Amino acid sequence: MLDRLVCALSLASLLLTASSGAALSQGTLRIGMTVADIPLVDGAPDQGTEGAKFAGYTIYDPLVSYDLSSATTAASIRPALAESWQVDPTDDRKWIFTLRRGVTFHDGSPFNADAVLFNLDRALDKNSPVYSASFDRQIRSYLPSLEAWRKLDDHTVELTTTQPDSLFVYQLPRLLIASPAQYQKVGSDWDEFRRSPSGTGAWRFGSMVPRQRLELVPNKSYWDTERVPKLDRLVLLPIPEASARTAALLSGRVDWIETPSPETVQTLEGRGFTVSTSAIPHIWPYHLSHLPDSPFSDVRVRRALNLAIDRDGLVELLHGLAVPAVGTVPPESPWFGQPTFKITYDPERAKALLAEAGYGPGNPLKVTAAISTSGSGQMFPMLMNEFIQENLRDIGVELNLEVFEWEALRSKRRVGAQAPENEGVTLLNASYSTQDPYTGILRYLTAAEIAPKGSNWGSTRDEEIEALVEELRAEFDVAKQDPIVAKIHARHVDQANFIWVVHDGGARALSAKVRGHVHAQSWFVDFSLITVEP
Amino acid sequence: MISYAIQRVLFALPIALGVSLVVFSLVHLAPGDPISAILPNEASEEMVIEARREFGLDRSLIVQYGIWLGKALQGDLGSSIGNGRPVLDEVLSALKHSLILSLAAGLLACLAGVLLGLLSAGLGRSRWQHVVRVVTITGVSVPHYWLAIVLVIVFSVRLGWLPPLGMSPDSSAGWRPDLNHLQFLVLPAIATAAIPAAIIARTMAASIQEILSRDFMITLRAKGLPRSRINVHVLRNAMPTTLAAIGLQIGNMLGGSVLVETVFAWPGAGFLLSNAIFQRDLPLLQGTMLALALIFVLINLLVDLTQSWLDPRIRRA
Repeated sequence: MLDRLVCALSLASLLLTASSGAALSQGTLRIGMTVADIPLVDGAPDQGTEGAKFAGYTIYDPLVSYDLSSATTAASIRPALAESWQVDPTDDRKWIFTLRRGVTFHDGSPFNADAVLFNLDRALDKNSPVYSASFDRQIRSYLPSLEAWRKLDDHTVELTTTQPDSLFVYQLPRLLIASPAQYQKVGSDWDEFRRSPSGTGAWRFGSMVPRQRLELVPNKSYWDTERVPKLDRLVLLPIPEASARTAALLSGRVDWIETPSPETVQTLEGRGFTVSTSAIPHIWPYHLSHLPDSPFSDVRVRRALNLAIDRDGLVELLHGLAVPAVGTVPPESPWFGQPTFKITYDPERAKALLAEAGYGPGNPLKVTAAISTSGSGQMFPMLMNEFIQENLRDIGVELNLEVFEWEALRSKRRVGAQAPENEGVTLLNASYSTQDPYTGILRYLTAAEIAPKGSNWGSTRDEEIEALVEELRAEFDVAKQDPIVAKIHARHVDQANFIWVVHDGGARALSAKVRGHVHAQSWFVDFSLITVEP
Repeated sequence: MISYAIQRVLFALPIALGVSLVVFSLVHLAPGDPISAILPNEASEEMVIEARREFGLDRSLIVQYGIWLGKALQGDLGSSIGNGRPVLDEVLSALKHSLILSLAAGLLACLAGVLLGLLSAGLGRSRWQHVVRVVTITGVSVPHYWLAIVLVIVFSVRLGWLPPLGMSPDSSAGWRPDLNHLQFLVLPAIATAAIPAAIIARTMAASIQEILSRDFMITLRAKGLPRSRINVHVLRNAMPTTLAAIGLQIGNMLGGSVLVETVFAWPGAGFLLSNAIFQRDLPLLQGTMLALALIFVLINLLVDLTQSWLDPRIRRA
């Protein structure tokens, strides 16, 4: 009797599964995201890079974007809604952007200079009727140099920076352009706009159920004809729990998951799934306190700890989901330069450096690191920190780990090493994006950025770097910028200002049905060329 | 009975006020700055100060509590810092989803708990007693997070019988009580019901055994009452305790299991709470916790009243 019941239930379940599967049209890509809620779809996505990846660059375009077409070269800046740009020859604070003609928003209204001003006003002009603090919070920090903006004609805008800043163009990709006409159409109400958003992106908003699902459909009249989506539908599901994402992929509920956990890699590959990684712009380091009472005010100690970490062993532990880091950017990057301090795994040399600095068996170095249990870009912090703790023990360094929840750690990062909240803490393990020279390198190194004003947590000061940064900001010839960044980076490595550990591999797991995926060296993805076989 | 009910309701009011204070304090005592959570890493100190002022976080905690409580009493729980949606709408929507799950899990837990309780106490066939005890001890001991993952691995990944997560098919506009949607409910309901079922079973079994050892049972047997009539007396006396256990468990389930809902991406109150915690979304966190705590107070009140109705001695105590 029981057997019959089980058989009947099995048959019913199989029929149900089959019927629900048949309801999906061919060419639907279902993705399990790591976020717990659908990111904001109003053109100022929250939830970090994942928000921008799925709810930003799909529905909207920026003026300047990234070239995501290659898996083998770094994703460089490319024109998007701005066809071209130049610095005003008479005033190097003024940038002139020529806008693309013939582009329309999803609601049919034209894209023009007024639309650009509207989007800047909504985020940055508190006196504007379209201003919303929500946009301000998401956008202002990405445009630290922008001071003013004005329309020169219907297809030309002028953006003015607070001071000459040759790297300004790198700040623009997070400024996504939403439709002013749609905003007017929905009664000038941003909450209503979020229910029916309109951009110029390759994907139109389909439907959304908060915390459950975001559906996007192709924009068949997309201005970039080579990037018109081939899929019928893109379905994005928030699945924050790693094992649940893996189960969803294995059971066929989704076709693609972000960030599979290392221990599932063999299982996934064994069952025909592809685990894809790339050299994405990311670094997993320890920020070091350079304050006078910190042991890391001595460059020999900073170098010693860099030499004590078995990065290859750590990558093996992570089943290959990371790349060993010997600087903020990888050696093949044009920004790496030629540092004289070569970071390798050399415990004996590390011990010798520590001895030179006065540490040894009779006077062991004891330090405390603030780390998180998880968090955006933090990879697998507990596992990784414990591995490094063992590495450091081998050279006689006692690393005490103070564990915080991610947002608590971010609070500690924001206030700086000198703050009372960080008393006794001389290392802080927080990862970040290295997409461009400013966000990846400069902001951690200059006096002007010392926390809490900026991102320089450890109060790093270096006259040589300060001079190079000044030189870089005044160099508007793009070809001459990379060598200066490389000099800054080389000095950064030589001074061992951080302890560099690994770059995230940006792992994602894909079903064999997914075709056309290019794992760009970027946090972002171009979904236009992807197809899903039935 | 009416005066007792009024008395219990009056007792519940200061409890609710105390709950609001505890909820507010707990949220603010937790480490981590909510403003850090909503601003990008690149945000300047000025932006942090401005955002703190915008959300009223620059005021003293007492003032913040007073403002929050005043608005909450008018049904305004504020807006989510993260997505800007009204907290009340978010909480009600999530509670609706948790209600679906907790009703299914509650029904399952009650049926299984009472049945196992009866078997374990020996009112059924005695050879089942040991098996049932092992099952209930296992049920109480198994972490439901682990059980949820195992259920997904077996029934979704290995057998492919049931969906591993979500609460509706991709094409669905909302939850409906049809087979296409019910299949999403099965695994979360089992995972949620496992511990409550075991607790109900063990409470009921202990209560029955305690009643069976009372003197009046000897009297009933001496009077020659048939076993079925004696069982009715036993159950009548054991029910208030069992009911209290059921009430508490249903209260817990209605609050949504944070872990079960997270594993199954079930968009209920537990999932919302987990999201609010990790994003340091204070208004959402406070609103969700307050709603859940008040529901718990309400269910306890209902259980108290039902118990006293079933057993008048409680009113006199």
